[in-house]
Amino acid sequence: MQLKVNGTLRDVDVEPDTPLLWVIREELGLTGTKYGCGIAQCGACTVLVDGQPTRSCITPAEMVEGTEIKTIETVEDTETGRKVVEAWVEHQVPQCGYCQSGQVLAATALLAGTPAPSDEDIDVAMVNLCRCGTYNKIRAAVRAASEA
Amino acid sequence: MTEMSFPGSRPLNLSRRGFLSGTAGLVLATALPLRPARAQEAAAEAGPPVPLFLAIRPDGTAVLQSPFIEGGQGIYTALTQIVGEELDLDPAQFEVVPAPPGAPYDVMGGFRFTGGSSSVRSSYELMRRLGASGRAMLIEAAAARLGVPASELTTKPGLVVHAASGRETGYGDLSEAAMELAVPADVALRDPADFRWIRAGLKRLDIRGKSTGQAAYAIDVEVEGMLSAAVQHAPRLGLGPASVTNLAEIEAMRGVHSVHLLDGAVAVVADRFWQARRAVEAAEVEWQETGAEWPLPADFSSDGYRASLLAQDGPGLEVEAEGDAGAALAGAGTVIEAVYGAPFLAHGQLEPPSATARFNADGTLDLWLPNQAPEMFLAAAAETAGIDPSQVTIHSQMLGGFFGRHFLYRTANPFPQAIQLAKATGRPVKLVWTREEEFLRDAVRPLGTARFRGAVMADGSLALSAEVLGEGPTGRWYNAPAGEDGSAHEGLTGKPYAIPNRRIGHVYADNPAVIGYWRSVGHSMHDFFYEGFLDELAEAAGRDPFEMRQALVAGSPRHVTLLSEVGKLSGGWQRGPYQAEDGSTRARGVAMASPFGSEVATIAEISVDGGEIRVHRVWVAIDPGSIVNPAIIEAQVQSAVALGLSQTLVEEYIYEDGAPAARNFDSYDILRPDQMPEVHVAIVESGAPMGGIGEPGLPGVGPAVANAAAALTGRRFRTLPLSGHDLSAG
Ligand code: FES
Ligand code: FES
Repeated sequence: MQLKVNGTLRDVDVEPDTPLLWVIREELGLTGTKYGCGIAQCGACTVLVDGQPTRSCITPAEMVEGTEIKTIETVEDTETGRKVVEAWVEHQVPQCGYCQSGQVLAATALLAGTPAPSDEDIDVAMVNLCRCGTYNKIRAAVRAASEA
Repeated sequence: MTEMSFPGSRPLNLSRRGFLSGTAGLVLATALPLRPARAQEAAAEAGPPVPLFLAIRPDGTAVLQSPFIEGGQGIYTALTQIVGEELDLDPAQFEVVPAPPGAPYDVMGGFRFTGGSSSVRSSYELMRRLGASGRAMLIEAAAARLGVPASELTTKPGLVVHAASGRETGYGDLSEAAMELAVPADVALRDPADFRWIRAGLKRLDIRGKSTGQAAYAIDVEVEGMLSAAVQHAPRLGLGPASVTNLAEIEAMRGVHSVHLLDGAVAVVADRFWQARRAVEAAEVEWQETGAEWPLPADFSSDGYRASLLAQDGPGLEVEAEGDAGAALAGAGTVIEAVYGAPFLAHGQLEPPSATARFNADGTLDLWLPNQAPEMFLAAAAETAGIDPSQVTIHSQMLGGFFGRHFLYRTANPFPQAIQLAKATGRPVKLVWTREEEFLRDAVRPLGTARFRGAVMADGSLALSAEVLGEGPTGRWYNAPAGEDGSAHEGLTGKPYAIPNRRIGHVYADNPAVIGYWRSVGHSMHDFFYEGFLDELAEAAGRDPFEMRQALVAGSPRHVTLLSEVGKLSGGWQRGPYQAEDGSTRARGVAMASPFGSEVATIAEISVDGGEIRVHRVWVAIDPGSIVNPAIIEAQVQSAVALGLSQTLVEEYIYEDGAPAARNFDSYDILRPDQMPEVHVAIVESGAPMGGIGEPGLPGVGPAVANAAAALTGRRFRTLPLSGHDLSAG
């Protein structure tokens, strides 16, 4: 099948129900997207599908044919993504960093749709787990990026 | 416990020995006298020296071989601050890589740990000397080049300067000549008053890579020609596979290379991990009892184990005592008794464990894996592979969280399986444990419980007797004898309070589960027990818990300061209940802890909403003696508070019928973003010997929250997690 990832159409030869996560990591070699739980609990595997944050570990590849898939590797291609990354650096958000690809993409999607989010908007959008407990820095960085 | 003195702490010049392949220039090694961070309580022999390396490249940048592994605690950055300060090189000019373990580095071969919050404090002086030695050699090389006495030369970042003639030479131009020089016997260290980078909140080196998906972890390793593997572990430790009844079907699945019966697991090797996983999960396995070293009894359960602990008689081995607690309690008017407890816990680091193994044509083995103790992994890998340790190369990877998960725990590390699979297939193999298989084999924080008896004496002093029941990880993994295993009682012992009659006993009892270190180890539960009971004594005495603690530490200026700092930070102590601006009724609790050489005082503010505790704010005053990077400390305290709160509110790893009930985050809750409180941190530098940073923020959180809950509801919560109690009933 063909998947459009980071702007490029890629041919992949996988079982149609292979989770997008493993197509991205193993077939396309883009390892910035992480495996944490495999059951849509943690959000480490978040990618953007047509701009929507999507848990790729439970998303069958066949379901996203014909969509625009964006992974962390190209997050800085958009103005919003750049702002988010800069805010992440400025606020020194990551600790171990393992959850952060997903956090950065979730924030980018939020701000792309809602440039000036309320606290509630942030609560609703930023639900990925972080075992290192960077939640306060994440919130501060989202705020900063929205004001940048 | 004696500090090991190590004669070779003067750095050696190793440039010509080619230890840093691909790096020309000055290479210095020093040896770090390291007491195994946890095994120190075990009175185990101190580990042999561990060298660390500093290289200055011709372009003037430096490569630092870190003896400690980065897992988000900011160790790499802290090391560049310390070395850079003395070397006179901007920390931003460093690249830090994990130092390789063991042979052929014949000056190495010792043990080292990234744990016990010990990385910076154990290496601080030596890292300074390493940098200062490098600077002295660069100056000497410049003196020869310029034909001036070394005494006329100074440095500024990255440059040797001859002020008299206005000439400057970059470190990179000097590194080759400096390489020829002997390491000076004595070097002067910079006056702390002149520090530029030590004590500054420098930005971390690894942040941008971690914000853009560029940071690579063990799970991202790819080596040429590798296959991927997944396992299905036996549902209970002690069982092994007798057969796979649908073997032909599994072997025929797409991408499958081979199916393997391992010790306690079935593995499928395939072209892709997803194919391996799908196949191994489809495998129908017949399990049978094996002669495993630690079989988990078929009827093992958390509840049963807790009951068996409580059935043990005291008083246990005395691990701390003063005065005569027994006599005091016998003569006391009212004796208060209480039993506290905490459950097993999973590490839940977000990166599932993995290992990649490759046998090379010459019979040597390369291993890529997460680990907190490379030399130990190296020795164990060599044993598994049946080869000499000199033939094994360990590639330590950035850790996607650790919290104690990546020590060597037999049955809990994937690398022995990866080695077997690489051997069996003749190909490099990357094995990843799924989250479910990880939950099944994690080395868990032990379930613990303690019995207290205490009294307020006629003169107002306290008497206290505590018995802690169970087994600690240092006893399990480093053979600490009962009575000398600090991990089994720390947090009940080592408290700062003046209690003239007290006795702490450890009643040793085997734990059938595979137990491990978990962030702040024994402190993670024992401080909760102790500080809760102390509040009960305050109540019995009719005293405010904050004021009573002030009185109990009155003889220790360090603790007096710390308590008053946390009080100030919170806007002045108030216990409550009181009405907050948002209309909620709130209360506060306070707790103190003395973990890993640091001192911590914590205040938490809570309300109860719909029967659930909501933690609004946590204030932490931490005194690590002296500091390297305040921004990293603040981040580590935030992180420790989150994990402490997670175990206080929601975490519980439950065994039923010989197996864990939870196999993933859908049935094992961890702290969510909406449960994170505001966290305010005050750093106090008392000048005491440097303490740890990564763990100390954790132990005070549980008791501060539980004590606040008592203030709010009038009820005592003596077991964790608090979600196990119905708070609406109060
Ligand atoms: S890996 Fe997809 S949500 Fe956890
Ligand atoms: S930074 Fe480690 S899990 Fe979020």
